[in-house]
Amino acid sequence: MSKEKPSFEEDLKRLQKIVEELSSGKLSLGDSLKKYEEGIKLAQSCSQVLNDSQRKVELLMKKDSKFSLEKFEEEESAG
Amino acid sequence: MPEKNQRIFTVSEITQDIKLILENTFGALWVEGEISNFRAAASGHFYFTLKDKDAVLGSAMFSRANREIKFKIEDGLKVICFGKIDLYPPRGQYQLIVEKIEPKGIGAQQLAFEQLKNKLAKEGLFDLAHKKPLPLMPFRAGIVTSSAGAAVRDILQILQKGAACVDVVIRSVRVQGEGAAKEIACAIEDFNKFGEVDTIIICRGGGSVEDLWSFNEEVVARAIYNSAIPTISAVGHQINTTLSDLAADVFVETPSAAAKIIVDKKNALLADLDGYRYELVSALSSLISDLKNTLVALKHMLKSPLDRLLEKQQYLDEISVALNNHMKHYINIAKERALSLIKRLEALSPLAVLSRGYSLSMLAGEGTVMKDASLLKAGDTVKTILDKGAFISTVQEVLKDEQRKTIV
Repeated sequence: MSKEKPSFEEDLKRLQKIVEELSSGKLSLGDSLKKYEEGIKLAQSCSQVLNDSQRKVELLMKKDSKFSLEKFEEEESAG
Repeated sequence: MPEKNQRIFTVSEITQDIKLILENTFGALWVEGEISNFRAAASGHFYFTLKDKDAVLGSAMFSRANREIKFKIEDGLKVICFGKIDLYPPRGQYQLIVEKIEPKGIGAQQLAFEQLKNKLAKEGLFDLAHKKPLPLMPFRAGIVTSSAGAAVRDILQILQKGAACVDVVIRSVRVQGEGAAKEIACAIEDFNKFGEVDTIIICRGGGSVEDLWSFNEEVVARAIYNSAIPTISAVGHQINTTLSDLAADVFVETPSAAAKIIVDKKNALLADLDGYRYELVSALSSLISDLKNTLVALKHMLKSPLDRLLEKQQYLDEISVALNNHMKHYINIAKERALSLIKRLEALSPLAVLSRGYSLSMLAGEGTVMKDASLLKAGDTVKTILDKGAFISTVQEVLKDEQRKTIV
């Protein structure tokens, strides 16, 4: 999941551009349909990233100036 | 001249006596005044003058006494000094040997805080121009706090509820006591070296001013200022902001509020996405309805030939009826005009004079009325019209020279 996240901002920017282009009304029907489809897909995937609930909680450890991550045990994470 | 029995002091003797009197009379005492002419000598000793409106008191604070001062002594500072009055024989001047010094009005710690704050502000550590924006959406938040504290629990709970897409990396540090500031500063640097977080939250739960003091230390403020990763400072429920707050890109009062910033960002983005979806749908549907309208117009232009023929026939029928009516109308008008012309012509007709006895002659078989006798010859048949009836006659002789007048 986290691999997708760096593209979130790019996807969002692309989506904003598509909305602008489509709203301008200057595109042909064919291009409009393509952009529409792409826009809806982007909106979908952006929403999915935001609604994802598979978060990780880790502890950053450092040993001999090397970093490692350890799982952090949450006490009452359900709360 | 002195009297014979009067003692004559040397300068040293009298100075020594005065010194004893001064020291014995006053002993240890507190003096309140304003610092001026402050000078830190190379030896480590401080020299300054305490003054008020009407007087000045030379003062010295030796290095063994001034080592422990937390704040910076500077001109204009109002202080309370503890020490003893002393006389310095080489100059013949009395002075206050200061053992302890306290800022007047506020505590030493508070003064130290204000002084450090001013210093860092002058360096630009709190400049708004240096503040970095938080990422559009922080997906991986670094937290600098105690992993056992309430702050981390609060943040994790709020994120779990409101923005479970956000991964959290905790760098556990002591948040109070000796060495805590250094650990906090190191943790911020570690996150910057580690690199895999997009926001750093520096936080701890509420506490007394002393509990939160680590977040007022210079190392922490500098580490926050130097962080390339955007920072949120959330140092508990305090009336006064900490230097950590001032140096951070964003500051809030509690760790929960820091987590809420992220949740709010997520919700705002979801709302934006809904908006974009709506715009996409409405842009496309308006495009389609425009095209539909164009299509209807085009369809109209593309009627079948038969339809067009029938349409034209009907049109022809309509205009031919109109044409007929027009023609009838104009024929009637022409008829009337002709009749009236005939009546007028009748009045002018030569036939009208026939009734007065004149007659008209014409060569039989021709309609031309004869006006010149020379055109006749004997034997021609002539038809003569009278007022009533006509007759045919034969020319017997032509009289070319006969004048009209004579007949008349």
